[in-house]
Amino acid sequence: MSPLLSIRDLTVDFRSEAGPFRALHGLSLTVERGRTLALVGESGSGKSVTAQAILRILPAAASITGGQILFAGDRAADRPTDIAALPAEGQAMRALRGGRIAMIFQEPMTCLSPLHTIGDQVGEVLRIHTGATRAEADARTREAFARVGFPDPARALHTYPFELSGGLRQRAMIAMALIMRPDLLVADEPTTALDVTTQAQILALLTRLQYENGMAILLITHDLGVVANMAHDVAVLYRGRLVESGPRDVVLRRPGHGYLQALIRAVPRFGMQPGERLTPIRPANAVIPVRDTSALPAGPILQVEAITKRFTLRSGRFGGPARTVLAVADVSLTLAAGTTLGLVGESGSGKTTLSKIVMRALNPDSGRVLFDDGTGPADVNGLAGAGLFAYRRAVQFVFQDPYASLDPRMTVRQILCEPMEIHGLAAPARKARAAELMAMVGLDPAMLSRYPHAFSGGQRQRIGIARALALQPRLLVLDEPVSALDVSVQAQILNLLKDLQAALGLSYLIVSHNLAVVDYMADTIAVMCRGRIVEEAPKVALFDNPAHPYTRALLAAVPDPSLDHPLDFSAITGDQSDPSAWPAPFRLGEGDAGTMQAIAPDHRVRHGHAQALRAA
Amino acid sequence: MIRAVARRILTMAATLLVISALVFLIIKLPPGDYLSNRIAELRGMGEAGSVAKAELLMRQYGLDRSVPEQYLMWVGLMPGPAGFSGLLQGDWGWSFEYDRPVAEVVGDALWLTLVVNLAALVFVHAVAIPAALYSATHRHTAGEVAVTALGYVGLAVPGFLLALILLFYGNRWFGLSIGGLYDAAYTGRPWDMDKLRSLAAHLVVPTLVIGLGGTAAMIRRMRANLLDELAKPYVVTARAKGLPPLRALVKYPFRMSLNPFVADIGNLLPHLVSGSVLVSLVLSLPTVGPLLLEALKSQDQFMAGFILMFVAALTLVGMLISDLVLVWLDPRIRMGRR
Repeated sequence: MSPLLSIRDLTVDFRSEAGPFRALHGLSLTVERGRTLALVGESGSGKSVTAQAILRILPAAASITGGQILFAGDRAADRPTDIAALPAEGQAMRALRGGRIAMIFQEPMTCLSPLHTIGDQVGEVLRIHTGATRAEADARTREAFARVGFPDPARALHTYPFELSGGLRQRAMIAMALIMRPDLLVADEPTTALDVTTQAQILALLTRLQYENGMAILLITHDLGVVANMAHDVAVLYRGRLVESGPRDVVLRRPGHGYLQALIRAVPRFGMQPGERLTPIRPANAVIPVRDTSALPAGPILQVEAITKRFTLRSGRFGGPARTVLAVADVSLTLAAGTTLGLVGESGSGKTTLSKIVMRALNPDSGRVLFDDGTGPADVNGLAGAGLFAYRRAVQFVFQDPYASLDPRMTVRQILCEPMEIHGLAAPARKARAAELMAMVGLDPAMLSRYPHAFSGGQRQRIGIARALALQPRLLVLDEPVSALDVSVQAQILNLLKDLQAALGLSYLIVSHNLAVVDYMADTIAVMCRGRIVEEAPKVALFDNPAHPYTRALLAAVPDPSLDHPLDFSAITGDQSDPSAWPAPFRLGEGDAGTMQAIAPDHRVRHGHAQALRAA
Repeated sequence: MIRAVARRILTMAATLLVISALVFLIIKLPPGDYLSNRIAELRGMGEAGSVAKAELLMRQYGLDRSVPEQYLMWVGLMPGPAGFSGLLQGDWGWSFEYDRPVAEVVGDALWLTLVVNLAALVFVHAVAIPAALYSATHRHTAGEVAVTALGYVGLAVPGFLLALILLFYGNRWFGLSIGGLYDAAYTGRPWDMDKLRSLAAHLVVPTLVIGLGGTAAMIRRMRANLLDELAKPYVVTARAKGLPPLRALVKYPFRMSLNPFVADIGNLLPHLVSGSVLVSLVLSLPTVGPLLLEALKSQDQFMAGFILMFVAALTLVGMLISDLVLVWLDPRIRMGRR
């Protein structure tokens, strides 16, 4: 029997102003029925183009210029259909698309129309392909929602995407893709935008549905941990060419090609030796001048004391009562000068709010932030005028998205000089400093007069870091500094941050949901859940001996690239962030804030109040 | 929801009151008024009888009173002398220039204005939306270049010039009478089928002329909006479902790109009345625009005041409509979240 999908010598060309560009150079691969093929590679390697070619939804500038895509899922045909030869918008192709071959995407928010209910968007697939009436489609959509784990499938029919969490949106996308029970599911980075615990739930769901439906999955990912847990077979793409393929165990245990070996070395993972460095695929040659770090304060540079912040969710233009949300609840943290504090938690846990309070972009409802610039701790919220101006200089922010955080209408020189201009540096000094900053982040100062669009994601993030460094700050707040970057450049950025810290005596507050990144960067780690710190410990203690059930759930949900530690899908429940479901002594009842208990030196865990009283 | 709308209507009433004060103030700003100017003129000519009539009008409409009193009488918050009851009671006052009640002077013109401009509006949307859809989905093709070029020509040609050219050829080829909204023979006759037919024939030129500039602008804006939306991932999702291209286009990105236009309804409605003054003058259309211009020039205060208030009320109603339509169209607004 022929394989479900067989790609032979596929060539895809793009027309561009710079001339034609070949995205795929004669790619050949096969996907067997009921199995998962993981397609691995960095951005630009052609993995998404392959997916788009299979569905014939390539961008207008691209076209298939050679080869075949033979698909044997069309039950009406006795021979495999050559998708590459069908007209892209023809009846035959449209019937396959969404019917026999379905696709799910990376960004569950932007992939759903915000103006239509998910019931409408999912049911539409049935209405197109089977001519079902709206009532029939609704009934089957409800079943599909139940199958992908919606708590209230009937209500979900009339729910809009913005009312759902990222995980539920991705479940809606999966329901949409699978409602026709396709033979092949193309999943393009289906969990990259999700929290680690949600990712584990979605991966478990995909595995279950694959088993139930017997469908094949073409899984596009750059996360080798996901590959190790999901794939039967692996194909590695590099610059539009297949460089390695085979069964998962063979490829991951004995990577033959240099590129895959390099990729494995470039990814932060657990259990790295102390002092072990990642090896970037493309090293950045940064020239960092060593600064005298003797002026560091003796005590902690930053102390957060009992910060609480509530948000009032305003009602809309037409109705709805206002609600209060406790974003940060009684959080205390300490950051020693020259070290890194990692703040970990799922989205909505309050970590970004806390980082904004530290930046004084938000004012806390109660509690205070103390910052020591070498002259003794000062209350940040009491600062005004010159004191606040100096604080702005000492504390800088590196944003998550290097595409959105650089003004596309400013040259790199303008971007780097703007903070210095605001803080009154003379023009010649600014120019010299801008060149120095470029060298510090490993970029050529000759590129100062270019605009951000001329740079890759990793280079843009380095520009963002250079901008943060322009005023010689003491503390950098790093909000998910690599989560928007391709895996192949993450190591480069992380190493750069480490080198800068060592040379300049910087202190970092790093906020991330990627535990491996925090593990690689941080000295101490605080775990946040629902606005509270639930566990705080030095890195080694936290990863070797996690005490809190929430921490354990987070750690257990990280897919490990090593084949020896598979995810336990059956243990993933999804209620790890519900304080009332935690076992004693961690259980927090309604209105119970609990107390932090030291279980080892510097290792504190939140216990429920009732238990704490009993112990006392 | 109903309470919110009720609240909005109350605010609208308050806003209208403030606007009425401003309108009256602005009309009263230049020294003198129509009647005192007229009286001075008549005295100069020694026409005692006419002077007496003008003075009677002056007393009847309280123009010899103080400005605040005049304002209150005009709005209808204070009873005027000799039965002038004011706007709130539906008495729009007297047009001194035409020597007839404002309601009578404006009456037909108001409806004809709405007819002409609504026709232009329908024309704009009927032409611009398909053109924008076409040019957004066929980028870098000869067709798109043609649509764009036509749009630019429409934007660049002055409306009154085009009006003159069209009038000339309309008369030459189709025997249309020059100017007006119906053949001069029908003036003063009641509306019957023949008069309506004449109206329809005469509507073509003004619709084209008023609509063309707006069409070009709308094609450009709609196209830009659509191009933004077409690049969004949910469009790819729609294609990946197997939706036919046109259905995918209209259901998702087109609907998303409508929001700014709906928000614009509030500006469109008053534009219907005041936007086409120049073209109306050139085509001698019996619409409100030229009347307003004339009334302002001659300080015919009740006439000018009424038309300005009417435009203001249309603006507010337009804003309310656009808000309600947005709420209906966009669940993110309906639910008060972005």
